Amino acid sequence: MIEALGLTKEFRLFQRREGVMGAVRDLWDRDYQTVKAVDQIDLKVNRGEMVGYIGANGAGKSTTIKMLSGILVPSSGHLVVNGFVPHKERVEFCRRIGVVFGQRSQLWWDLAVSESFRLLSRVYRIPESVYRQRLDRFVELLEMADFLHIPVRKLSLGQRMRCELTAALLHHPDLVFLDEPTIGLDVLAKDRIRRFLSEINQELGTTVLLTTHDLSDIEALCSRVVMIDKGKIVYDGSLGKLQDSFGQGRTIKVDFSAPVNLAELHASFGHLPVRWETPESRRAIATFSAKEVAPAEVMKILIDQYPVLDIAIDATKIEEIVKEIYQGSVMV
Amino acid sequence: MNAWLKLQYEVIRIQFMKMLAYRVVYFTGVFNYAINIGAYYFLWEAIYRHRSLIGGLTLEQMVTYVAVAWISRTFYFNNVDREIADDVRTGKVAVELARPYDYLTFKISGALGEALFRLFFFTVPGSIFVYLLFPVAWPASMASFGWFGLSIILSFAVNNAINLLTGMTAFYTLNTTGIIRAKHISIDLLSGLVVPISLFPEGLQLWLKWLPFQSIAFVPTMIYTGALQGDALVDALSRQFLWALLLSVLAWALFAIARRKMVVQGG
Repeated sequence: MIEALGLTKEFRLFQRREGVMGAVRDLWDRDYQTVKAVDQIDLKVNRGEMVGYIGANGAGKSTTIKMLSGILVPSSGHLVVNGFVPHKERVEFCRRIGVVFGQRSQLWWDLAVSESFRLLSRVYRIPESVYRQRLDRFVELLEMADFLHIPVRKLSLGQRMRCELTAALLHHPDLVFLDEPTIGLDVLAKDRIRRFLSEINQELGTTVLLTTHDLSDIEALCSRVVMIDKGKIVYDGSLGKLQDSFGQGRTIKVDFSAPVNLAELHASFGHLPVRWETPESRRAIATFSAKEVAPAEVMKILIDQYPVLDIAIDATKIEEIVKEIYQGSVMV
Repeated sequence: MNAWLKLQYEVIRIQFMKMLAYRVVYFTGVFNYAINIGAYYFLWEAIYRHRSLIGGLTLEQMVTYVAVAWISRTFYFNNVDREIADDVRTGKVAVELARPYDYLTFKISGALGEALFRLFFFTVPGSIFVYLLFPVAWPASMASFGWFGLSIILSFAVNNAINLLTGMTAFYTLNTTGIIRAKHISIDLLSGLVVPISLFPEGLQLWLKWLPFQSIAFVPTMIYTGALQGDALVDALSRQFLWALLLSVLAWALFAIARRKMVVQGG
């Protein structure tokens, strides 16, 4: 479905000089710096696969997706997607793909959602009866009946995202690119969207390439993860392996009703490999690996022995994992 | 072809709904045109108080010129330049490029929809009011009116191509407000919308003949008044057509070049 070899995208960035004299010189003599947003990546995705594409901000995720979807012209490399060279045969290629950019709407802002869908059905040349049938199905799956006739600008983010997915999938594309489809959504909305995507994938065999900052999106949907950093692919394999290697880090932030001291904390957890910090007298932060220590055990000790007000638990963020991989502290 | 027509119909329908969704913009638009035509009418009336001919035109001819030029503008005018600049600035152009149509063609379809809307909701009612309120002459002949109709469509094509080009400057500079404003002023002045080009100094008139601007306002208005006939008429219409063609080709070429270097804003 996707076959990329040595795919590269360079941008020329204008470097401003410092100070007033520098700014004056910039008027006629400009300094450019070439930046490789995507650097020689190889990627192969099979039909029907759901692949999570992750990486820190600015790592090159969106640029890759924009090349794969025919929006950007690659600087070099070989690329065939769904049998087309995307940027060369853009119009024909686009008929068979769908795109969602979470941060950017593809719907017509001032019009009712249903009008956007109608226009898109014409753009993708969906016969009227087929369109009706598909729309009814999507409305049912995503529970959109209540806001189908409301202008897009009045929709909540969760409602809008359901509409964006419908817009990207109405023409039953072979391949869909989802660039952060769950960004800013609450847990319920995320869950609904994940269920919908896996249903579509199973029912229609749609290939999905998904970027996200939320590892749980990938947990729920993708068996395969590709990780990019500074334009290069640094990991391509199963999610399980990735998590076993370094997705187990946890931090627990605790607020106490009375001051606690660090030595006391270390003493209570002496038998466990937990590292404590106390940034404030009534607050402490614990870091440990979930492979070695059960988070529940840490919480139990805390609640039993200390005057706990509030507890927040966090899993390691993708950014941190990527950082660890890049710095070479974790080997894949 | 059938699918293409269905899409055109849908785009035009959407454009109508979009224009109707902004009632305030619509009503202020009507108000602006009324103010402009009225102001120029009283201005010229004052100028003519002590003379009967200026540049070979009588007051009635001058008022007709101004009214027809402004009424024509209600038809061909649009903000496609700003729309394209916004698409580029906000990165929405990426969404447009992921769809199975040609971006510029789609923009023109929208502009055609807007022109149709304007024809029914600005041009026709505006003309009726202007004829009732001011001493505006009828077209020189049925033929003149027919040619005027053709000419105004070519005005739209020329103006629209200039708008596409202006909007696409956003690929190269992020500050397009100044460029768009400069374009507005150039077109209003050099197209003969504000003052007929026949009143400009002769040297300048010669230069303007080689620029596309007079194809937008001066030419159709002169055809309406019957000042352009026979060979001069054919010559003027051909120039309009060639400008529309040349500028459109330039617009597509610029888009093809810009697309290769495009940086999508906002990641």
